Amino acid sequence: MISTSFMSRLYFSTALFSLSLCLFTPSANAETAEEAGLRIALEAALRHDGFGDYTANMTMTLRNKQGKTSTRLIRTRTLEIKDDGDKSLSIFDTPRDVKGTAFLSFSHKVGDDEQWLYLPALKRVKRINSRNKSGSFMGSEFAYEDIASQEVEKYTYKHLREEEYNGTLCFVGESYPVDRKNSGYTKRISWLDTDEYRLRKVEFYDRKKSLLKTLTVGTYQQYVGKHWRADSMDMLNHQTGKSTTLGWTDYTFNTGLTNKDFNSTSLKRIR
Amino acid sequence: MPESKTRQWKYVFTIVFAIILCCSLNNPFCDTVQATELRGDISLEGFLFFSDGAWDDQEKQSVSMAANIEIYHEFLSNLTFTLTGFYRQDSQDNKRSHGDLRLAELLYYTDNYELTAGFGRVFWGATEFVHLVNIINQTDQVDALDGEEKLGQPMIHLTVPYDWGVIEAFALPWFRERTFAGTNGRFRPPLPVNRDKTKYESSSEAQHLDIACRVSTNLANADIGFSYFRGTARDPALLAARDSKNNLYLFPYYQQIDQTGLDIQLIAGEWLLKAEAYYRSGQSRSYLATTLGFEYTFTGIVDTMIDVGLIGEYVFDDRDDGWLPTVYENDIMGGVRLTVNDMADSSLLFGIIRDLDNGSTIIALEASRRIGDAVRLNLESSFFLDMDYHDPAFAMAKDDFIKLELVYYW
Repeated sequence: MISTSFMSRLYFSTALFSLSLCLFTPSANAETAEEAGLRIALEAALRHDGFGDYTANMTMTLRNKQGKTSTRLIRTRTLEIKDDGDKSLSIFDTPRDVKGTAFLSFSHKVGDDEQWLYLPALKRVKRINSRNKSGSFMGSEFAYEDIASQEVEKYTYKHLREEEYNGTLCFVGESYPVDRKNSGYTKRISWLDTDEYRLRKVEFYDRKKSLLKTLTVGTYQQYVGKHWRADSMDMLNHQTGKSTTLGWTDYTFNTGLTNKDFNSTSLKRIR
Repeated sequence: MPESKTRQWKYVFTIVFAIILCCSLNNPFCDTVQATELRGDISLEGFLFFSDGAWDDQEKQSVSMAANIEIYHEFLSNLTFTLTGFYRQDSQDNKRSHGDLRLAELLYYTDNYELTAGFGRVFWGATEFVHLVNIINQTDQVDALDGEEKLGQPMIHLTVPYDWGVIEAFALPWFRERTFAGTNGRFRPPLPVNRDKTKYESSSEAQHLDIACRVSTNLANADIGFSYFRGTARDPALLAARDSKNNLYLFPYYQQIDQTGLDIQLIAGEWLLKAEAYYRSGQSRSYLATTLGFEYTFTGIVDTMIDVGLIGEYVFDDRDDGWLPTVYENDIMGGVRLTVNDMADSSLLFGIIRDLDNGSTIIALEASRRIGDAVRLNLESSFFLDMDYHDPAFAMAKDDFIKLELVYYW
């Protein structure tokens, strides 16, 4: 979870749009904006997938309107599941009063995700209702639905245009949550670079269709010669002026994680 | 079980502890990383009661200091030792000044099983207000009124995870007695409980080997656990007797019980449904206890980041024969939990418990927030209203209180 992977899947395009016009003549066969959006999202997912598993350390910095900050250190472990959503585990190291608290999530392409919270002081594993997806993740500007594994099936898509963003040509497209009842958003507009289908920016629109948040993605690094992951992401809430920055270090791929590292037994011995 | 035989369990326990240590040190498949962590917390707490105690020698306020110290050592990546020591010094109640080995646990695991030996802590259950099936650890009642503090339980605990769920087996060679407030303490029966006079049904007394097992499974939208426990009841009957000077006193009497339990956490749409039940025999007649309820959360209310969780639960217990009275016979509980989602992780919980038969009502408030990076401020308050003298909680009718606690984590 909470990885940069996180939205590299949202996308759109029509790099191939003009090409398709040439190949399949009359425009009756032309790709619709929805089809183009889905195609880009699938391509982004394809490029993101195949990582197997990885671990990373994350710092989550909350910042209020006055600029006061508070930082949490979180270790993350992610396992890719064939033909389904990822399994992920986040372990809190700070603040010290929540040290050892862990969040386990099984995301699914179709249907609700499964989530548990482990409370070390009570040695208790509590089930969480993943439909509370619009809620804040640990006080941050990131909602549970933002940090969840972004499966293509959880949204529908519409390609808008291509434009340059920060000197990089990007696909710009909209995505709409399938679970409209519980999502905090009516739509997201995403910028994905045309080179590697990496997420660059996202705008989130709330239930009243007003701009709620903007996510800006930092620099990407390539790992193991293939997997692109961002160093940082910043989520700014336009309505409150608060923001949260996620920073990642120590990305390690192919660590040998298996399903057995993501069950209730392993959750209870988390350090 | 004869005394000599139970003594043997002590040795078995110690030997198994040592064997796990030795075997795993020689295990060539383990990585040899070593790490030690030391951490803990110190807390200062003050109680203020709204009225004088109902019973003699009770004070109107008290202050206490407590500390937890945790040492964690990794012998190998899959062989660790955790030790958590606890001590509290209370200004009024000498029984509340007490220490405990919360954890002293050697943990060894492979892909196929996990084995722990030592003083451990285990939680079984699903509901928020009452924890019926949670029976492995004894309640440190003098330390926390809500029963959430537990004493370390000596055990050998085997866990075998499967794709479909988990099977666990427990051997519990020593029994830990429940803690009770002393003469000067609040939240106590009219007479203090004299633990020097504790009696057991089993001739092995605290040495009785208790056993337990649990099978649990995680389905797509439900977590279900079946448990079985055979051994010394954690909740004693409190019986009256007279000492040599003809003074009345209460003593705990621990019986042998069989308990079969069930706990369920179920997701139904936006609802989180929870239930616990057990069937117990051994304490007077056999009986059934059940609790069930729901949790529903509104996220980000009125354009803020505040989540509001509503909790509703009901508990029913059919042991109504006066032998082992329970506070929760036919009670309904309601709660509102506010999670502010601010930098200080502020939270507020308001709860109300009402006995449907006699009208006794308890109102509880808990609030908490972080100050800086390492300090947490906790506020807790309870009010006992319309307490019926048939209700075991009647003894606390005058114990309305407000408690302030400051905890420093290091």
